[in-house]
Amino acid sequence: MEYTTLQLVWFGLIGVLWTGYLVLEGFDFGVGMLLPALGPGRDAADTERRKRVMLTTIGPHWDGNEVWLLTAGGATFAAFPHWYATMFSAFYLPLLLVLVALIVRNMGLEYRGKRDNETWRKRWDLAIIGGSVLAPLLVGVALTNVVRGLPIDKDMEFAGNFFTLLNPMSLLGGLVVLGLSLTHGAFFLALKTDGDIRRDARALGTKVGLATAVLAVVLLLWLGLTKGTTWSWITTVIAAVALLFAIFMNTKGKEGLAFIGTAVTIAMAVATYFFALFPDVMPSTLAGGTSLTIANASSTELTLKIMTIAAVVFTPIVLIYTAWTYWVFRKRLTTRQIPAPVPVA
Amino acid sequence: MDALDLARWQFAITTVYHFLFVPITIGMSLIVAIFHTAWVRTHNEQWLRLTKFFGKLFMINFALGLVTGIVQEFQFGMNWSDYSRFVGDIFGAPLAFEALLSFFLESTFLGVWIFGWGRLPEKLHAATIWLTHIGTVISAYFILAANSFMQNPVGFTFNPETGRAEMADFLAVLTNKVQLVTFPHVITSSYMTGGAVVLGVALWMWMKHDGTADAPMYRSAVKVGSVFTVIASLLVIITGDLQGKIMTEVQPMKMAAAEALYTSEDNAGFSIFTIGSLDGSKEVFSIKVPGLLSFLATGDFGAKVEGIKELEAKAKELPAKVEAQYGPEVAKLATADSYTPNIPMSYWSFRLMMGLGFLATLFGIMSWMAARKEKAPSGRLWRQIAIWTPLLPVIAISFGWIFTEIGRQPWIVNGLMTTATGVSPSVSAGEVLFSMIVYTLVYAVLAFIEVKLFLAYVRRGAEPFEAPGDPTDANEDRPLQFAY
Repeated sequence: MEYTTLQLVWFGLIGVLWTGYLVLEGFDFGVGMLLPALGPGRDAADTERRKRVMLTTIGPHWDGNEVWLLTAGGATFAAFPHWYATMFSAFYLPLLLVLVALIVRNMGLEYRGKRDNETWRKRWDLAIIGGSVLAPLLVGVALTNVVRGLPIDKDMEFAGNFFTLLNPMSLLGGLVVLGLSLTHGAFFLALKTDGDIRRDARALGTKVGLATAVLAVVLLLWLGLTKGTTWSWITTVIAAVALLFAIFMNTKGKEGLAFIGTAVTIAMAVATYFFALFPDVMPSTLAGGTSLTIANASSTELTLKIMTIAAVVFTPIVLIYTAWTYWVFRKRLTTRQIPAPVPVA
Repeated sequence: MDALDLARWQFAITTVYHFLFVPITIGMSLIVAIFHTAWVRTHNEQWLRLTKFFGKLFMINFALGLVTGIVQEFQFGMNWSDYSRFVGDIFGAPLAFEALLSFFLESTFLGVWIFGWGRLPEKLHAATIWLTHIGTVISAYFILAANSFMQNPVGFTFNPETGRAEMADFLAVLTNKVQLVTFPHVITSSYMTGGAVVLGVALWMWMKHDGTADAPMYRSAVKVGSVFTVIASLLVIITGDLQGKIMTEVQPMKMAAAEALYTSEDNAGFSIFTIGSLDGSKEVFSIKVPGLLSFLATGDFGAKVEGIKELEAKAKELPAKVEAQYGPEVAKLATADSYTPNIPMSYWSFRLMMGLGFLATLFGIMSWMAARKEKAPSGRLWRQIAIWTPLLPVIAISFGWIFTEIGRQPWIVNGLMTTATGVSPSVSAGEVLFSMIVYTLVYAVLAFIEVKLFLAYVRRGAEPFEAPGDPTDANEDRPLQFAY
């Protein structure tokens, strides 16, 4: 492959990794956020069982889902070192918050059920909910800032500050990622549970789905009008149609199709961002600044070749065993299947 | 303190903390896999009970290793952006490989293992914990290859046009001679640590339950743990010795710093203990084994070991050479006020690593002997052994890393780029200070919670035997064997 083709391939693959991350961890963020909305049941015991059903649906999967983020980070480092360096140092404080959000949330998922103690569970509930809200919100803010452009000086260094990042478009981007995760999570729960939770998740999914659709359309139009290309408009339209399709399928009780619909929406939203970004990877808004482009931010041809071989060989294997785990845990969960809590106070 | 000092402190705190959990994860995943396999092979109840007991302790520890590992993937870009630009073409690839080949494997199959009780055929289920373990080992390989590049950069060329180090030979990066001795050293010390944790916990429980029906089960675990600890520690010593010789070859300054050897010596001695001036340049009192340093460094008791003064003088000539070849901009990367690492830190961390490791080995041997008898040992000494055996290797490993990284200073990539030139220019001291406080507080709280939970699960002991459910059972309402 030509060097320029390899660079293009890796630009596309970084997009695929972000898609994988947002589609997969998107639903487990959504489930985390939905704890206070879908948790409450008839009484305290029912509430606890409902929460445990919700968390157990994502139990075997969330850790693997999160690896997509680490892989996106690692692949950006390897394929576009300047992109990795500029982006991660520019988003210093928001990324710190993302990391803390992921840390407390993951600890919550792992530790919540390890003691049979109300205070213990309440605190970890807060960690799970807070982390599940904060992480996608900030990831959305960061990615939107990348597309929108940032003050980057001639040495590829970020020349703004924390408040530069809090612009209206990026905040809207954060809300859209939050909303999409929430909707995607509701459809996932409807697909993976049975009984009351399934019914409640469907009802709530339609509502948050419609609210998200409004926000997403505003964002994508805004982005399209400032940065749009033919391709980004095409993916924008597919994203919008897929989201409406998902909501419609949800109301019809076709939960699998609804879930596929939100997955396609997220994938097409990421594609829209990447088409709007092309051929930059981090445009500079500064006069005399250096925009990071696919060409000037990338690794050498040899590194990209090695990485391409690894991706071609190992990505299918990862996809196969990941798919297998979803097959292993394909059964719907109900509150009746929840075992007694571990007797450790 | 400026942004550089703070960024170094932060890296030290987050990385040492992360690596408290990593060796336990690597080592314990193997032992749990062995217990699980023993259950599947023999259907002896004790192995299933031990699998679940140590599996829970493993999970409590794994959670912290996992969450602190996320920080590792990002902090090169966040705090060390100029370093990331300079070496990204080489250093990024092992990190990406690690994510793709190992993180997916360990995370995915661990998820299946935890939730797989009663849902998978038993052999397949046992295979998932083995795959998890293999994932942790692959992960160690790639991240150590990245670190070995920092100790001994190979497989690259410097491109004056782009001003960065670029990949020339990936295989050379993966088979760096430093890597080939570091990887076995780290893996065997992780096995030693995993063994020591199992040994310490099992010994405690054996003593507590001596004379009860559970005693033979805990005794079996003591045997497994102590065999692991002792055999692995012998391998740690062998690989550590090989590592010292390679280190002398590629980083002579580090070896000189390890002994605070200021002037070159033939038949150089190794001091077990020294009282001297703070920078280590004058000694007041010292217990020395003649020729031992020469032997550790080269394998020959009489050989010459280069001293700090000579090495410092040699290193001082480097910037001028680089400038002549590549110009003043590149020479800045190699310019430092001093090329000598912190001597007391290097000296003491090296000794603490070895001393604490040897002590753990001794405890391992004593426990191995004790487990040959049917009656559990008792008394204060043995309780202390049960408590300290798991902690010693963990602390020793931390000192090992502190030595490895401090001894490389002032370089971030040995001989190529100084740490001072690698830090992120756009991140202020205030921001780093803030993040350092946040990490430290969060990590401290999590450590407190983790240790309390770990001890609560140790005290609870192994659950009574319960046969795993039948995966072919079609009853929809059958309770899960494990749920969050």
